[in-house]
Amino acid sequence: MKNFLARRLIFSVLSLFIASMAVFGLAHAKEDPINLFIQPGYFVSPETLEALKAKWGLDKPLALQYLTWAGNMLRGDLGESVQQQRPVTTIIGEKWGATFQLAIAAWIFGTITGIPLGVVSALQRGKFTDYLARGVALIGQTLPAFWIGLVGIWIFAVYLGWLPVFGRGAGLPFFEQAKHYVLPVLVLGWGPMAGYMRITRSAMLEVLDSEYVKLARAKGVANRSVIWKHAFRNALIQPLTIATLLLAGFMDGAVLVEVIFAWPGVGRVAVEAVNQNDFMLITGTVFIFTFLYLVMSLVADLLYTVADPRIRLS
Amino acid sequence: MSTQIESFGVNPNSSEKTSLFQYPGTVWRFIRRWPVIPIVILAMLVFLALFAQMISPHDPNTQNLRSNLARPAWDNDYYENDRVGSKIAERHLLGADLFGRDVFSRVVYGTRVSLSVAIVAMVSGTILGAWAGIMTGYYGGIFDELMTRFVDVWNALPFLLIALVVSITIGQGVLIMIVLLVMLTWVGLVRNVRAEVLSLKTRDYVSAARVAGASDLRIMYKHILPGITNLLLVLASLRVGGLILTEASLSFLGVGIPSRIPSWGGMISDGRGTLDEAWWISFFPGLGIFLTVMSMNFLGDWIRDRTDPRLRQLKD
Repeated sequence: MKNFLARRLIFSVLSLFIASMAVFGLAHAKEDPINLFIQPGYFVSPETLEALKAKWGLDKPLALQYLTWAGNMLRGDLGESVQQQRPVTTIIGEKWGATFQLAIAAWIFGTITGIPLGVVSALQRGKFTDYLARGVALIGQTLPAFWIGLVGIWIFAVYLGWLPVFGRGAGLPFFEQAKHYVLPVLVLGWGPMAGYMRITRSAMLEVLDSEYVKLARAKGVANRSVIWKHAFRNALIQPLTIATLLLAGFMDGAVLVEVIFAWPGVGRVAVEAVNQNDFMLITGTVFIFTFLYLVMSLVADLLYTVADPRIRLS
Repeated sequence: MSTQIESFGVNPNSSEKTSLFQYPGTVWRFIRRWPVIPIVILAMLVFLALFAQMISPHDPNTQNLRSNLARPAWDNDYYENDRVGSKIAERHLLGADLFGRDVFSRVVYGTRVSLSVAIVAMVSGTILGAWAGIMTGYYGGIFDELMTRFVDVWNALPFLLIALVVSITIGQGVLIMIVLLVMLTWVGLVRNVRAEVLSLKTRDYVSAARVAGASDLRIMYKHILPGITNLLLVLASLRVGGLILTEASLSFLGVGIPSRIPSWGGMISDGRGTLDEAWWISFFPGLGIFLTVMSMNFLGDWIRDRTDPRLRQLKD
């Protein structure tokens, strides 16, 4: 177990290192990176350009630049946003809460609907409920989230007027604020729900067909007990393993959902940074997302080994 | 698969009796057995993409302020009685957008862009992934270890955000989009291909070839590659849908296909601002994505069930 943990940890650090190399490499991919700090359409005199280069350390050798930059990252200094003239960490710190709330709410929604739906679908295999559940999952996996979001806005916000169009509704009373969460959470959670549903369904079908479930049935164990104690517990391991995959989905999904619903979170910051050519802000966001993803997948892997002792041995 | 087609919503008229199909059940059985519906839909989309110039009634980029936000053609009231609509010479089949560009023509041209980008990316990504998978599986050792780690790291990168960085540093374009999608595709294949190659490598016929003096390259090409073609076909066909979705997401965010080229994702984004008065701008490109991705997924499922006996046994 300790060995596994150490290996996994080293691997995560390595991943972060390679990610940093990739982003740094991209910045130097095409042209002089100083152009990334100058807004297009502005004339800058050669002297100012040199001064700016010296300020950002772009006149030094490439290796030294990387080391300085990576060193700053390690110390938690992600640089300063070119547009807003504020530290990137401050900007992201302000927006983080909104993204986190949305992701957690969507995760809860996906889990508490997806897993039971998968179980029911497996138990009712071939019947109407099964088709219904699979249809819902199919929509989640074939329709783009941003389109579902827009159609949702059109139907529930514009046409019916039941739900607000955009924003987080900060400062409103609880019930009003909750309304702001309905559409974004549904849209962000639909994909993960479909994933959970499909995995749980196939895991349940596999387990229900296994020897020990047959034995339990042969012994005369009550049906409910067979399903929930013998089958469900074992089937639950597989949905756990896709937790990491789902996290990646949340990261990408958060960007899209925040753009559609004008949700004041980190994903929207990233897209605005792209529109404003704010290089430092976008790299900072990529970093934090990668870092979080690695931490979360580490946690998911640990949970996985706790849930299934067989993994630890292999 | 067959059961999924049922939920596709097509109910062949059971009372219909043609000379070709003597019994109504035959048609139904044929539809259940073969992926007729996905193939018909995909064939139609490919047709639209190939003959976009001839099919689309308007130029996809020509702006016409007279038909600004014109409603779809079935809205008779709009085209006959409306103050603005009655002045439009030719009805727009699926309406027009804010600049009066014909939505149907743009959807047709968008089909061309989305399909070609996804297919080119899928083929290149599959070739790259197959190559990497065969090499890692066949040679093993330090190369294998490095590649496996690399694939793990690659999977941990937030793809959408990396694409945002690329759009700032390198720019936007169809080619860049394809390269990004290839980058996304190939890693997904390496692990599967590698596992298959590992098992093929120990087969007797491979050992026999080696004893007979075949070079590594020959063994890989003549004996291993044919063994994984089914797997490649299945993986590739199951992934196209995802590629189309990713391309649309990036274009929607304005970092994918440049806005001067009509693309489905870009059109959905165009319609966002006028959602309350013109739903058709965003709705129809989304429908295009839905039909394509769903057909691709059904076809991929069907190919998987058909070609891989092991997976067919597991079939739910």
